[in-house]
Amino acid sequence: MSDIQYLAPTTLDEAVSAYSGAKGSARILAGGTDLLVQMRAGMINPSLIVDIKKIEEINTVRETEKGVFVVGASVSGMELAKNPNFGKTWPGVLEALNLIGSTQIQGRASLGGNLCNGSPAGDSVPALVAAKATLTVQGPNGRREIPVKEVPVGPGKTSLADNEIAVSFSFPSRPPGSGDAYLRMIPRTEMDIAVVGCGVNLTLEGDICTSACVGLGAVAPIVLEVEGAAELLIGSQLDEDTIEKTAEACRACCDPIDDKRGTISYRTKVSGVLLKRAVAIAAKRAKGV
Amino acid sequence: MVKLHISTIINGEPEEFLCEPEETMLDVLRDRLSLTGSKEGCGSGDCGACSITVDGSLICSCLMLAAESEGKKIETIEGMSDGETLHPLQQKFLEEAALQCGICTPGMLVAAKALLDENPDPTETEVRFWLAGNLCRCTGYDKIVRAVLDTAQEIRETK
Repeated sequence: MSDIQYLAPTTLDEAVSAYSGAKGSARILAGGTDLLVQMRAGMINPSLIVDIKKIEEINTVRETEKGVFVVGASVSGMELAKNPNFGKTWPGVLEALNLIGSTQIQGRASLGGNLCNGSPAGDSVPALVAAKATLTVQGPNGRREIPVKEVPVGPGKTSLADNEIAVSFSFPSRPPGSGDAYLRMIPRTEMDIAVVGCGVNLTLEGDICTSACVGLGAVAPIVLEVEGAAELLIGSQLDEDTIEKTAEACRACCDPIDDKRGTISYRTKVSGVLLKRAVAIAAKRAKGV
Repeated sequence: MVKLHISTIINGEPEEFLCEPEETMLDVLRDRLSLTGSKEGCGSGDCGACSITVDGSLICSCLMLAAESEGKKIETIEGMSDGETLHPLQQKFLEEAALQCGICTPGMLVAAKALLDENPDPTETEVRFWLAGNLCRCTGYDKIVRAVLDTAQEIRETK
């Protein structure tokens, strides 16, 4: 006999009302690739599971105007990859999401789940931060939009109130000459948790970088936006000297854990390496070559 | 707590069952519906032995609640052969001895079929990537990958 209740509402209002009524002992089910593992391990014992995948807005990808995307929080990696245009505009974000787990996991795992799970090593999060994506959440008092970088507040913790549900991600429109990239370092060749993850998003006008944003994962209790790195890149021609200083800015903000998968000095050093490589890929994409 | 009443389609046949809200699809398949072809290796989505498709999408049934299957089309290893006639993948796995203890085999076959449904002409690299979430601790992967590639070629040639 269980005392768990399962609901799969078709409207956001029903979902918010059930979720907020449970006063923090409920859990949202998107792909379940973290939730079911945590339940099985006995880490959590929710009184209510709200499956949000039947809510259209949360489970669809929309291109509201050319190049402007709103991605539902529970859209799976496989579904997002099938969208004909998203991966052309945001290849780095899509690669980051598609790096999570196996083919089977890709059939379920979502951006919303990856962000709200709150892991400092979630692969899609540095790419979302670099993309300057925002998360729309809905609670009993209505909607609000939060920059993704303000969502994680600690390992396993987010800034969402315990009655708010992640609805969708909005990606800003960018001028031509923009590109993004995500790279991660893992001890295996595939399917592992990032030891360092780095997302870079930039815009070039001719050879000059006019806009940039850098996200770093797995090197601090939360995913970081490295503002100092962006400041160095903007206005530069992405020359060797600038890139070296930008790598140093990334290393300087690292405050990682020391474990068997990667030591503090290793994670710190690799953050600079990935920054350089991700900038090169993003710049290549921005130039369309 | 009242059990949930779920209506779904499993291997083309309408199926109804009662389940607890927290029961996984894998538990219902094995323990309530006696479809024991899907195996539990890890229970945490790492090994792929419980692979099934849901509305055509390959997933680990240990990471899905049975309640989520309401109105969905589920395909398991039990639906792969056509009666006594094995699916070409099953036949090829036998001919090329692409299995040893057999625990990973149902998941490998379900995953490989999902690949060939989507991509009838995969490269070896594509097969290895697609099957990376299916762990085998006996044979290594060479025979499995070869069997999948040979089946793909055979299916293409007979079409």
